[in-house]
Amino acid sequence: MGAIGVLFRRNAIIVFMCVELMLNSVNLLLVVFSKLHSDTNAQVFVLFIMAIAAAEVAVGLAILMMIYRNTGTSDIERLNKLKW
Amino acid sequence: MGTASDPDLDLGDVLSDAIFNKFPLLCNRATKPMITQILFYFLTTLAILSAFTTVFLKNPVYNVLSLIVNFFCIAGHYLLLNAQFLAAVHIIVYSGAIMVLFLYVIMMLNLNYETEVHKSVFVKVAAVVSGGLLLLTLVGIFKEAEISATLLSDFTLGASDLGTVENIGKVLFGEFLLPFEVSSILFLAAMVGAVMIGKREIK
Repeated sequence: MGAIGVLFRRNAIIVFMCVELMLNSVNLLLVVFSKLHSDTNAQVFVLFIMAIAAAEVAVGLAILMMIYRNTGTSDIERLNKLKW
Repeated sequence: MGTASDPDLDLGDVLSDAIFNKFPLLCNRATKPMITQILFYFLTTLAILSAFTTVFLKNPVYNVLSLIVNFFCIAGHYLLLNAQFLAAVHIIVYSGAIMVLFLYVIMMLNLNYETEVHKSVFVKVAAVVSGGLLLLTLVGIFKEAEISATLLSDFTLGASDLGTVENIGKVLFGEFLLPFEVSSILFLAAMVGAVMIGKREIK
């Protein structure tokens, strides 16, 4: 669902949220496998994934804010050049 | 909930116990495992629905709110799988911190209604086709995966105290100590980076 969302939407923020969806699906899968194989390592890995996702959201949103401030748009179709 | 002191009690059982005690007229003893199943299916459909609305709604605030619903559903799934610590951390970190960040940014950028020109039909169809192929691949994988006979016969589903704070803490500070410390450096870098990027220049 997150993959469809990343390809569908044009607004950069919503694309970001769909990436978060994908990360969540991976988390759920890891927790299920942790329960299946009686392994606590997978749950610790999920913890690290959550931490990294939080850091990535912070930095990504900061970048997005600066892009919006400089170009006035948050549309990924129009931001398709490396230098504007 | 006393699960740390009573390692045989699974949180899925605890949840279904709570529901069973609240509606004693609706269910009898025999339907207790069914309550877990009903809860699971309810959470699943709600999660999938909220994922749909996250992607396909126009107003960005609705997207964020449905993503929050999605996070709560997945935290409910974690609780059913007896991953208590992860459920709590999930709610705190994701729907407590990340979604608040998203809301701040959306309000700052003042996105009211999506005034975007839609992507061309070709791209849309390609997106749905690729997403559908991904789904097909995953379903095919999980159907063909041979769960070995030994796993199915004694399907004990792991120890019941697998997700408690105590056990995760033991593994986290025992085997995963180095990634834990390195992640603190990662947070430092992310914080410094975010502040540096977002700094408004004083002219």
